[in-house]
Amino acid sequence: MSAGVVLDRVSKRFGTESVLADVSLEIRDGEFLTLLGPSGCGKSTLLRIIAGLEAQDAGSVFIAGRRADRLRAKERDIAMVFQTYALYPHLTVAENMALPLKMRRMCLAQRLPGIGRLWPGRKAVARSIRDDVAATARALEIAHLMHRKPGQLSGGQRQRVAVGRAVVREPSVFLMDEPLSNLDAKLRVVMRAEIKQLHQRLGATILYVTHDQSEAMTLSDRVAVMHRGTLAQVGTPQAIYADPENLRVAEFVGSPMINTLSAIVASPSGVVLDGVALPLRTGLPAGGAVTLGLRPEAVSLAPAPGAGLLNGTVRLLEHMGAELLVHVALDGGETLTAKLDVARAGLVAVGRAVAIRPHLDQVLVFAADGRRLRCADHGGAVPASRGARA
Amino acid sequence: MTAGGRAGGRTALALARRGLCHALLLASSCLVGLPFVWMLSLSAKPPEEIFDAGFALFPDRWYLLENYGKALTEHPLLLFLANGVIVCGAILVLQILVCAPAAYALAKLRFHGRDLMFAFVLIGLLIPQQVLAIPLFALAHRLGILDTYAALVFPFIVSPFGIFLFRQFFKTVPDDLIHAARLDGLSEMAIVWRLMVPLAWPAVVAFSIFSVVSHWNDLFWPLIVIRSEELMPPPLGVVAFNDEEAGSDYGPLMAAATVIVSPLIVAFLFAQRWFVDGLSMGAMK
Amino acid sequence: MTVPRPPRGTRELLSAGILAGPALLLLLATMLLPVLAVFVIAVTDWQFGAGHLSFVGLDNFVALFGDAVFRASITNTVLYVCLVVPATVGLGLALALLIESCGRLRAFYRAVHFLPYMATLAAMAVVWEALLHPTIGVVNRTLQGLGWPVANWLRDESTVLPTLAVIGIWQGLGFALVLFLAGLKAVPRDLYDAAEVDGADGTLDRLTVVTLPMLGPVTMFVVIVTALRAFEVFDTVRILTEGGPAHASEVLLHTLYVESFEYLRTGYGAAVTIVFLLIVMVLTLLQAKVMDRRVHYS
Repeated sequence: MSAGVVLDRVSKRFGTESVLADVSLEIRDGEFLTLLGPSGCGKSTLLRIIAGLEAQDAGSVFIAGRRADRLRAKERDIAMVFQTYALYPHLTVAENMALPLKMRRMCLAQRLPGIGRLWPGRKAVARSIRDDVAATARALEIAHLMHRKPGQLSGGQRQRVAVGRAVVREPSVFLMDEPLSNLDAKLRVVMRAEIKQLHQRLGATILYVTHDQSEAMTLSDRVAVMHRGTLAQVGTPQAIYADPENLRVAEFVGSPMINTLSAIVASPSGVVLDGVALPLRTGLPAGGAVTLGLRPEAVSLAPAPGAGLLNGTVRLLEHMGAELLVHVALDGGETLTAKLDVARAGLVAVGRAVAIRPHLDQVLVFAADGRRLRCADHGGAVPASRGARA
Repeated sequence: MTAGGRAGGRTALALARRGLCHALLLASSCLVGLPFVWMLSLSAKPPEEIFDAGFALFPDRWYLLENYGKALTEHPLLLFLANGVIVCGAILVLQILVCAPAAYALAKLRFHGRDLMFAFVLIGLLIPQQVLAIPLFALAHRLGILDTYAALVFPFIVSPFGIFLFRQFFKTVPDDLIHAARLDGLSEMAIVWRLMVPLAWPAVVAFSIFSVVSHWNDLFWPLIVIRSEELMPPPLGVVAFNDEEAGSDYGPLMAAATVIVSPLIVAFLFAQRWFVDGLSMGAMK
Repeated sequence: MTVPRPPRGTRELLSAGILAGPALLLLLATMLLPVLAVFVIAVTDWQFGAGHLSFVGLDNFVALFGDAVFRASITNTVLYVCLVVPATVGLGLALALLIESCGRLRAFYRAVHFLPYMATLAAMAVVWEALLHPTIGVVNRTLQGLGWPVANWLRDESTVLPTLAVIGIWQGLGFALVLFLAGLKAVPRDLYDAAEVDGADGTLDRLTVVTLPMLGPVTMFVVIVTALRAFEVFDTVRILTEGGPAHASEVLLHTLYVESFEYLRTGYGAAVTIVFLLIVMVLTLLQAKVMDRRVHYS
């Protein structure tokens, strides 16, 4: 493991509250890794610790193979894109992008306003900075904005400039803190694609923080789901979606949310849900309680009631274009959402009784404490093609 | 600054810097506070100690009763304070009575001449009060109200700043709320007093503080229109006191200054936040 | 719309008249017409109490600029402003930065420095007189104790204006400080983080890259507000020096007061008023422009 970022049991408290507890994580060189989690889960704090803007209480951070704990932010060879972009409002776009280079390539005397110009060697450095800024601006298609101030730019343009300020330094790691959250929905999709392209073009290591699962799923090589200061699961977007480690991850990822139904263990190889016996292997003794996780697309409608089918009544229909969401009240009292192809819309109507067939190979079984039970005969080995959706 | 897992030397440096920081601020606080401290100190000293070349903060012989007693009996100090309360109170009440409805009309009603009136308000904002001294003095003379409370109050009843400030706040109240109030049968006046003013409470408080502080401390206008001692507001009272104590009977003089200064200072110490906000809002004026 | 709002036109005009009428009348009677009156009075030889007046054209202004006292008054006022403004703004900014980097005791420091701004200046002027007393004042005693030269601060032509300026700075400092503190609070934390990542993490770099540029608009604002207040200096001059000695501390408002209300040369006083008004108007318009720019800054 050479480049990239390694976190070794990083912990942080604010006062008595533990924000990060023993977080260990490896981000490979050139990898796009997303920290995904609800607000307050510690993901931004973790990013700021990696950046050197915040100090951890325990543990170590390695950047590009170097122990970074004693390094200042500017010595860590990282660049950061902020949620609010944090562009200097009094500087033009060109000056904003030149600033990090200036701070690195010029000595204090050369940076002085006015008299700095008289310092020997400044001209050559200034030219090299100008050239680098111009090259980056061309690549990001912001060359026409160079003499404007941030106040005169649109949200998307500001975002691009903020990225430009990070890119121009050619750091070994990019840190991005919810960089798209201040954009409107349409622009967010556009900028998302641009960030993806940027990653492919630069081959840089990117650590990206977001609470938006669609961003995490579409952008990342791997996703680290955070919950209350710990890593709940780290894996590819497909694995996170189709093969979650625990109920929390299963619930956080996926839209509409995964259906969770409580069932009773009847035997080590079977559970009972709503009086319906399902041949799911849990390895638990009879009488225990488990939770079954069913993605909305992991069920289908059966033409008529029968063995192994769940019976219920249609409560609500939501047309989503190509798909149809059917909200069903099961006879046992629980509710379930099914995602159907819109071609099957004729089969259902609000108030009509329906029979639901769970796809046993896609049912996820969780123990009472939320842990995933993997000793089932089925489950787990889901075709990857099914997984990557948000 | 991020500190944290860095070398201990840096923490020591930060500590030293913080210490220097506090030292400078304490020194500056002492300098700024010196006149207040000295005022209190002198107001407690007998004449011989005042003339003595010592730096003692506390007197050897406490002379509080004598100094404050003399201050309160030789000149009607408490009457000055009462005058201040009456005049500032009257100005403030009239200002709000006049400015709030006007601000509401400017913010929420559409009528012919609204823009012209707002332009008048803006021009009013540009005019310093001292510029009006000559014509207002002549007007007060013509009305026969020179050397009365009325003369102290009438130039300030309409406050362009008050109208401007209230209008800014009233504009942020959603129109739908006003429509709903009209549906509920409130008259326009009732809307001003029962809806707009309560909603703009922070602005009212800020304006009140700004108004009271500026008029309590104003010397220029009272100096022009007031001659009788029993009508003098505090600053003018102090001047009268000072003129008479032409010698250096500093004890009673400092006692008088303390009495005049303390009401606002005490109020300020109790409601710092409000005072700072109110007076910095007044900077727009 | 079904809402029974009063119909446009007459009824709305009527209620507007009731609501805004008193303010409009008073605005005209006590502000706008008096200002026009000042311009009229300034071209007459009117004296308070005199039964008649006649048109004298610009004679008052000609006399004004030929008057050594008025010229001294203008010079002194400008000098006073030039002493007070840079010191108040500079010290206010420095103290605000110190308070911001100290952390603790913020409210205490702010309150202490703000006290003079609140305190009745007339009363505090009397206190300053005691402090500056040539023989028993604490200032001279301290200087003597240190072996430094002393002066009769308020009675000496060369020291009187700087001394008044010190009192002006003492009074206005807290206000500038409070405005700067508010300005500092409004600087987004993210900018400091970005500066740190970009390599500007020394005290000086943070100051030049983030703090000072972000305080630019506030600073302009403080400069103008301080200048406006300095141009209006009156209380201390009236109480401590009455413009003396030898008109060394004569300032615009004091001249205005003396000419108009002591010598009762009303027409002449009106001319002084107009000069004062023009200066203040220019500054206020400048202020409005700055406030406008502040809105567009970010």
